[in-house]
Parts: sequence; structure tokens; C-alpha cells
Amino acid sequence: MSSNELFIVLIAMIGGAIRVSTPFMFVALGETITEKSGRINLGLEGNLVLGAMVAYAGSYSTGSPWLGVLMAGCAGLVLGAMHGYICKLPKVNDIAVGIAFMSFGTGLAFFFGKPYIQPSAPKLEAILLGEWTGNTQIAQALQVNPLFFVGIALAVFLWWAFANTRWGLILRMTGDSAASARAMGVSIDLVRLLATAAGGFLAGVGGAFLSLYYPGSWNEGLSSGQGLMAVALVIFARWDPIRCVYAALLFGAAGALGPALQSIGISQGYYFFNAAPYILTLFIMIASAQSKSAAREVPGELSIVK
Amino acid sequence: MTVVASDVPVARFRLGLGAIHTIEAILIPVGALIASAILFSIFLLILGKSPITFFSLIWTGGFGSAFSIQNTLQRSAPLILTGLAFAIPARIGLTLIGAEGALVLGGFAAAVTAIPLVTGGVTPVIGLPLMAISAMAVGAVWIGLAGWLRHYRGVNETISSLLLSYIAIAIMNFFVEGLLRDPGSANKPSTMPIGDAYRIGPMPGTSVHWGLAAGLVLAVALYILMSRTTFGFAARMTGGNVRAAQAQGLPVGMLVVGCCAIAGLCAGLAGFFEVAAVHGQANASLVAGYGFTGILVAFLARQNPLAVVPVAIMFGALAAAGGLVQRRMGMPDATVLVLQGIIFVVLLTSETFYGRIPFLQARRSGERT
Repeated sequence: MSSNELFIVLIAMIGGAIRVSTPFMFVALGETITEKSGRINLGLEGNLVLGAMVAYAGSYSTGSPWLGVLMAGCAGLVLGAMHGYICKLPKVNDIAVGIAFMSFGTGLAFFFGKPYIQPSAPKLEAILLGEWTGNTQIAQALQVNPLFFVGIALAVFLWWAFANTRWGLILRMTGDSAASARAMGVSIDLVRLLATAAGGFLAGVGGAFLSLYYPGSWNEGLSSGQGLMAVALVIFARWDPIRCVYAALLFGAAGALGPALQSIGISQGYYFFNAAPYILTLFIMIASAQSKSAAREVPGELSIVK
Repeated sequence: MTVVASDVPVARFRLGLGAIHTIEAILIPVGALIASAILFSIFLLILGKSPITFFSLIWTGGFGSAFSIQNTLQRSAPLILTGLAFAIPARIGLTLIGAEGALVLGGFAAAVTAIPLVTGGVTPVIGLPLMAISAMAVGAVWIGLAGWLRHYRGVNETISSLLLSYIAIAIMNFFVEGLLRDPGSANKPSTMPIGDAYRIGPMPGTSVHWGLAAGLVLAVALYILMSRTTFGFAARMTGGNVRAAQAQGLPVGMLVVGCCAIAGLCAGLAGFFEVAAVHGQANASLVAGYGFTGILVAFLARQNPLAVVPVAIMFGALAAAGGLVQRRMGMPDATVLVLQGIIFVVLLTSETFYGRIPFLQARRSGERT
């Protein structure tokens, strides 16, 4: 591999990291809100796929991709609220309900998505940040979708809000100790319901990015586990919104490895590189399960780490 | 004294705790199924379709004729095995959702094992068991790995097993699209066909392959293992309370990995039958969602290996009738997925009723009527 090819791969990976990371970022931020409240929603994969379908259908029928994004968020919100409501019932296991919603959400998406596989819907426009360089590869890599910046802004806002607002405090208290929240007169079920619904909304928006920007079409193999990886990523990011952004970028880069190598003609092992994000997630989970700092920062009520 | 007197008439009819558990374990899942059917009917009515047509088509397509019954049984065979693959680790307290990956990798291992055997002209009597063993071994290692990571590294088994599934599918794709691709498979990259001599025929008098028999035998064997042996007792005790099991000196790590390996063995065997009896080679058709439906089967069977069998047959019928519904009602094949999703959500919601059905409660001492 010459230095020129290395440059192309690097640029393609940076561009890919920006493109691929956005859905990870939204799902991870949503899951952070949910997990901070002491509940885990493994079903965000379902929200992501349903969001992708609804966004595509919405954009196709209204002609406005941003309206599609909003509709995707609302679809995710409904699924999240259902999850939140069911999990407040006694004896119901939130992890199992998450698996059920994964299958329910994808089932609904596949059912209603059939007519939208063929037609082409208006996509989200990218912001061209690299035109001034005059280099096609860089220009291509720096076509950034506005949702990417929305995600980063949201991460900063959440980071600030968790630490500095009344809502942030209530959320963290509910997640760390249900007993103290109850003593303060906070309705735990309501906080968790709202947190799960908000998480579902963000996961739906993440799905909209998949179908309306990159890869930019609706089909049934669109997500393949990205929603689930994002849940694992939250554990790796130790429930910190800013670290979620870094982790999402890392995952994006891993996901872009296969296509980047293909762009310089290395197609051998394409399928192997496709597995890179999964393998990376697994190793990250092994590493973070051992880490003492993760154990210190985990919300105390979370069933997944008990 | 008055309290005692008022208690007397109530005492004439009481169910034992065991009976109450059994009634609950049947009543609540059946109730959940009925509730799901009602919800799905409403869904159909909103779409302007007739629920009566739908359910009668499911009946016709699943059990209406000798052909459809055999089709149903054919499809329920892998579901029994993947249902067991979820149910056994669930008894020890693990939520493992990686059966899909173990099935795919097991099937792939069987197809790869077949290549030297078929080209070397080894007789199927020796070759087929070798294929089955390699499929089971690969499956056992794959799911066992998730159990090992859980116990010795503290990695959440639900997420890791699903990740391992995706990795398994990627491994198969990698080889099937590259190194082990049969040049004859132009449109759908596959491994070398195992050939007619290696194909497992149907069971005598039916068109159903032997996977069904294997599933039934394993279901009974695992039921006995989990409820009548020391291993099963220790596993269930670990599932109930890990710390208590450790305090008793039980080899918890061995039990966890063992249960996971059994699960992988079942899923791998399902993969073997998919290759040796259905597809004749390993390709993307192995990724058919049997592993995921198996999770639902096990939940509905309340992790009881024997109950897995009828539930798997029910979902086999649903899958078998899917095509008929698609053709007659003009509905997409994902209709079955929606119904499964609804059943899944309602079923887990129904968990909340255990121990809370008013007329089934054993009265505790000192409680007034």
C-alpha cells in the first residue's frame, strides 16, 4: 500500500466515521437517558428499524425529509413509551421486554415498509464543508449531514443538563437509588417512562438518518444490529454523553473499514471487515466489564450490571 | 376465637402450591395468546382485512391437510432445537439470544466437514455422524463462549450472544463468498453441495426430515436432565440464587458454561439438519430467523423443555401458513413477524400476573377472608 493509498483509506475512514457514527450517536444518547434513569431498553434496534421505515415513508409521501425525521422520532417515542409502561408493571423483566420490542419493531417496519422498498424518497441534504480544498476525496469525506451536528449539540446539552439541572438531578437520583427518589417524593415510574420514551424518540431519529442519508434507502437489511451495538457502546462510554460521541466515532471508523479498503481495490475479506464493528464491540465489552471506573459510574439501579 | 371460626368454611377448598403453579403456567400463557389474537384481529380490521379469513387460513395452511401438517412439522423441527437453546440457559438465569449464530455456524461447519468426506468417497454412515458432531461441537463452543464470558469476565450475555451471532453470520459469508465458494453457485454463493448420497431422507412414511425426531428426543432428554438429575438441580439452584449456589460449593462456572454448551449443541444440530436435510449446502438461506423465533417459543413454553415441543409446532404452523396468507390475502410475508411481535410483547406483559390472580391465591396463615 503506497502512501497515497494510505491517505485515501484514512480520508475515507474519517468520512466514514462521520457518516456511520450518527445513528450510533443518537441511539447511544437515547439509551444513556434511559439507563441513567435505572432502566435498560434493549429494544432500540426495533426503534431504529421502525424509525428508518417511517422516515422514508414520511419523506416519500410528504416530500419533506425533515418531516420524515420528526415522524420517525414519534414512532420511536411510541415504542419507547410502550416499553416504559410495560416495564413498570411488577415482575416484568426489562431485558426480555427489550428483546420482544426488538422483534415487534422490526416486524412492524417490515410489514409497512414493503411498498417503500422500490420508490425513491427525498433525502436529507448534506452540508459541504470540504469544497474549498479542491480535493475530491476530502470534499467527499467532508459532506456532513446536519444531524451529525445536532447529535453533537445534543450530547453537549445532555452532559450539561445531567450535571446542572433539576431534571438531570432527578433522573440521576432515580437511576442511582430508587429508595432515595421515593423519599424525595419523585414518581420513579413516571421518570423512567419519560426517560424510556425520550430514548425511543432519539433512536427513531437515528433510524431516519439510516434511510434518509446513509446508506440512504429503505430495505430490510438496513440496520443489522446497530441499535444493539449502540446499547453496548453506552456501557463502554460509561453513561457519559460526551464519551458516547467519541465511542460512536470509533464505531463509525470501524464500520467504514471495509468500504474504505474496497475504495482502493482491496475487496478480499470485505465480509470479514464487515464484522469489524461487532468484534470491536465484543472486545470493548470484555474490557469495560473488567474496568473499575465503569463499575464506579454505573447507575445503581441498572439490572444489566447487577 | 372469632377469627378461627370464620376461617373454617374457607378451608374446605384449597389448591396445593404445586397445582397453583401448574395452573398459572398454563392459564397465563394461553390467556396471553388469546389477548394477542384479539389485538392482532384489531390490527387486521384497521387495515380492512378479515381476521376470520386470516385465522382460518393459518389453520388450513398449518394443519388443513396431510401436506400442510408435514410442512408444519418440517418447520417446527429447527424451532424445537432453537427453543431448547434458549430454554436451557434460561434455567440457570441467562438470557442468551445467540442461537441464530450457533445454527448458522453449525450448519456451515457441517457443510465444510462434508467437503473432504464427499470428495474422499467416505460412506455417509460414517460421514453424516461426523458432520453432526462437528456442527454440535462448533455450536457448543460458540454459545459456550458467551457463557464463559459471562461467568469469568462479567460480560452481559444477552448482548455478547447477539454480537456473536452477527460475527457467526459474517464468518459464514466470508468463506462462502470467497475461499469455499462452489464455482457452480452463480446467483447464490454456497459451499459445495453435499450430494444426494449425503442428503438425509425423510422419516419413513412421511416427508418430514429426521430433525423432528432429534428435537423430540433432545426435548425429553433435556427435560429429564433439568428436572430429574443432580446437574439439573444444581443448575436450577444457580438460576435461583447464584450466591447461595456458590456458598453451597457448587461449581457455578462449570454449570453456566455447561448449560450454554448444551444450548449451542442444540442450535448447532438444528444447523446440521438444515444443511443435511433441507438445503444440501451452506448459504445465506441458513439465516432464516429460526434462532429468534426460538426465543419466543421458549418464553411461551416457560422454559420447560417438554412444553417447547407443542409451542414450536404452533409457530411452525404459523410459518408454514405464511405463504398461503401472502397469496390469498395479499399481505406481505412480514405479517407473521407482526403477529409474533405482538405475541412476544403481550406474553412478557402477562408475566406480571404470576402470583396475582385473585382466585388462585393460597391463603396465608393469619389472613382474613
